[in-house]
Amino acid sequence: MSAPVYNFAYLDEQTKRMIRRAILKAIAIPGYQVPFASREMPMPYGWGTGGVQVTASILGPDDKLKVIDQGSDDTTNAVSIRKFFVKTAGVETTTKTSEATVIQTRHRVPEQALTEDQVLVYQVPIPEPLRFLEPRETETRRMHALSEYGLMHVKLYEDIARHGHIATTYAYPVEVGGRYVMDPSPIPKFDNPKLSDCAALQLFGAGREKRIYAIPPYTHVKSLDFEDHPFEPYRHDAQCELCGAMNSYLDEVITDDAGSRMFVCSDTDFCEGRRAAGHGPVAAGAMETARG
Amino acid sequence: MYVAVKGGERAIDNAHKLLADARRGDREVAELSLAQIDNQLALAVDRVMCEGSLYDRELASLAIKQARGDLIEAIFLLRAYRTTLPRFGASEPLETGAMDIRRRVSATFKDLPGGQVLGPTFDYTHRLLDHTLAEQGDVEEPATAPAETGRFKSVAELLDGGGLIEGDDPPADEIGDLTREPLSFPANRDLRLQNLARGDEGFLLALGYSTQRGFGRTHPFAGEIRYGSVEVEFFAEDAGFAVPLGSISVTECQMVNQFTGNGTQAPRFTRGYGLVFGQSERKAMAMALVDRSLRARELGEETGSPAQDEEFVLSHSDNVQATGFVEHLKLPHYVDFQSELGLLRKLQVEFHARDGRDETPIQDAAE
Amino acid sequence: MLDITANTPAFDPAYASQAAFRALMECMARPGEIRSLKGIDAPAPFAPATAALIKSLADYETPLWLDATFAAAPKAAEWIRFHTGAPVVGSPAQAAFALIADARTLPDFGLFAQGTSEYPDRSTTVMVQIDAFSGDAVTLKGPGIKAAHRFAAAPLPADFDTRLQVNRALFPRGIDLVFIAGNGIAALPRSIMIEER
Repeated sequence: MSAPVYNFAYLDEQTKRMIRRAILKAIAIPGYQVPFASREMPMPYGWGTGGVQVTASILGPDDKLKVIDQGSDDTTNAVSIRKFFVKTAGVETTTKTSEATVIQTRHRVPEQALTEDQVLVYQVPIPEPLRFLEPRETETRRMHALSEYGLMHVKLYEDIARHGHIATTYAYPVEVGGRYVMDPSPIPKFDNPKLSDCAALQLFGAGREKRIYAIPPYTHVKSLDFEDHPFEPYRHDAQCELCGAMNSYLDEVITDDAGSRMFVCSDTDFCEGRRAAGHGPVAAGAMETARG
Repeated sequence: MYVAVKGGERAIDNAHKLLADARRGDREVAELSLAQIDNQLALAVDRVMCEGSLYDRELASLAIKQARGDLIEAIFLLRAYRTTLPRFGASEPLETGAMDIRRRVSATFKDLPGGQVLGPTFDYTHRLLDHTLAEQGDVEEPATAPAETGRFKSVAELLDGGGLIEGDDPPADEIGDLTREPLSFPANRDLRLQNLARGDEGFLLALGYSTQRGFGRTHPFAGEIRYGSVEVEFFAEDAGFAVPLGSISVTECQMVNQFTGNGTQAPRFTRGYGLVFGQSERKAMAMALVDRSLRARELGEETGSPAQDEEFVLSHSDNVQATGFVEHLKLPHYVDFQSELGLLRKLQVEFHARDGRDETPIQDAAE
Repeated sequence: MLDITANTPAFDPAYASQAAFRALMECMARPGEIRSLKGIDAPAPFAPATAALIKSLADYETPLWLDATFAAAPKAAEWIRFHTGAPVVGSPAQAAFALIADARTLPDFGLFAQGTSEYPDRSTTVMVQIDAFSGDAVTLKGPGIKAAHRFAAAPLPADFDTRLQVNRALFPRGIDLVFIAGNGIAALPRSIMIEER
């Protein structure tokens, strides 16, 4: 038994080449899920192995990496993945969205608009948007090949019939570049509009399901909807009680046994930035004015 | 006042220290050595090697120790290590006919060339807790006999000689490897067998069992089960011939199943095949049952039972994948959960408004 | 046991591959934009950037097809075998990558693998060496391009625009093109649309 020796960014070069080839194909065919020979990673499937493999394959020594989970740099899994790359690639890390060249995320898109010099890597649990309508890969692959997306519209419409609203609140399906219907990963639908015409390249990695897909920069991404029921992003109608933001996605926090609640920004870097710039919660009276 | 959760990094470090402490347990109790695990928990090592897809007793022992005896965790550790190893190619097919046999039983013939060899087995033991094992004590030397040498034909080969069973699949030019190429459906038998060999023993056991209870019956007979060591050979391009790499222990199961036949082909038995690292008859037999069930379409049988459903079986057999995804529910999901909460509140407000009641059960703080 | 940085030498071939790939990834994501990368010396007719890209992307899993100029240079094939282990194949339809030294004789795109409608990724990426990113420019639109982007390359076959339009009409099937001049590279993935010149 000899002590293991690992390559830069953990993956061996052959694996990186295989993943890189898949990434190139994913970019050339926006929204199409490219099968790739996902490897076993030293973290569990479902905990970001796809995102980690994509990040490991694109990361270079000059990159600055940010890792977020639920919008926060400090949630346990984000910390764990960040530490993994510090250990295996020795890259610099940051919590500031503006400073990062590569951002790996689970469940959120940063509030601050991304730039052309950034890559956003999403961790994806179930990449197939049609999976819950049709469990068979052979079938869903055929449906994508024929652009046969009627089933998805039927599902959304059944929601409207039953609840009066589309009941999908996260992982809300999108159509990319007018062709493929794609799962944006379980981001809240509040984030969906940020995917469209984004300056940054967006890569999606699903390790357990062995798929990589992409949205190139400046690509039109449309959330599926109906003329009489247009897509509506949702956010709690409140301000962040730390920074006063009225336009950020909010986490609801229960503060006592009586069920009192407060709202704070889900994107911790965005919130900290606003507080550093002197923003704070607005008094109740002023809030009405602010809302207009 | 609420403070945004911070300190995740320190919390993780501390949790890992606690884990190391819990793993070691009472420092007064002697620490396990890898040799002890390898020797005295040998079947656990076998399972970890098999489902971990890496034949290395020492690393598997280390994984079991590190995983505190959690075998799926140990399998995961071994897999994560395996994936970083360079790959040189595929070995020559194992010649299990030339196995150095430690155990070999057939349920289809009372006796056969090579004989029935019981070997080390739990079969026929009375499952009574043996309190003498609670103390350390000497174990009697077992009775031995000189090994029979030579090549012993398997029951399948014997039947094939008489044309009573389907023969081996023709050798494939290239053997698939689902760790290097993502699985696509329908999958060929080589990939199915690889998937099953790596698959979770419990999952395969339940599926195999379900075929015996009528969910896709295959009328199986345990044609033969053999366990022992076989030589592994590798064709070296530079040498120009196959060189031996060493020997490994494997359990092989040849299941003999219900026959097929039609107007153009004489009826004959069909086969299911199981092969695992180390000694695990349960896994090898379950694998052979499921292998046979997955051939339903190829053999023109009715399909529809879980064990016959290739996508269902192959996509859910891997316990490392399954564990990861089930346990990922522990990860924070509050962003998504609160989106649902928001919609639910809205729907409730609308429901109660329609109902003519103006009070809402949940008062939204923001309203 | 997991002290990985200790095993990382100051310069790692992993870095060179990463840099070459990253340049190409950016090119693929922003069609027509030219990036430069650190090329490597390889026997003629290899351009330095072609050699760097092939070394970072090709291996035993990726069959290569060589155009007549490449095929007539045994040292180039030897370099490929030694540095990548990639098999050289006789049919462009089997190739993961095709290397074109003479852009004027670029074979018909239909000869390359164009993927299937279920697996459009099973297609050939064609690497075309050109003299320069100059000449009569064409206007590109599509994913990766903010409004429109002007792209020029020379030499090109006379019917190049038509070929691109045919390629686009196959979408999501089709081939992806990478252009190389010296150390400069640019890409035209199958998703781009071109406007009449």
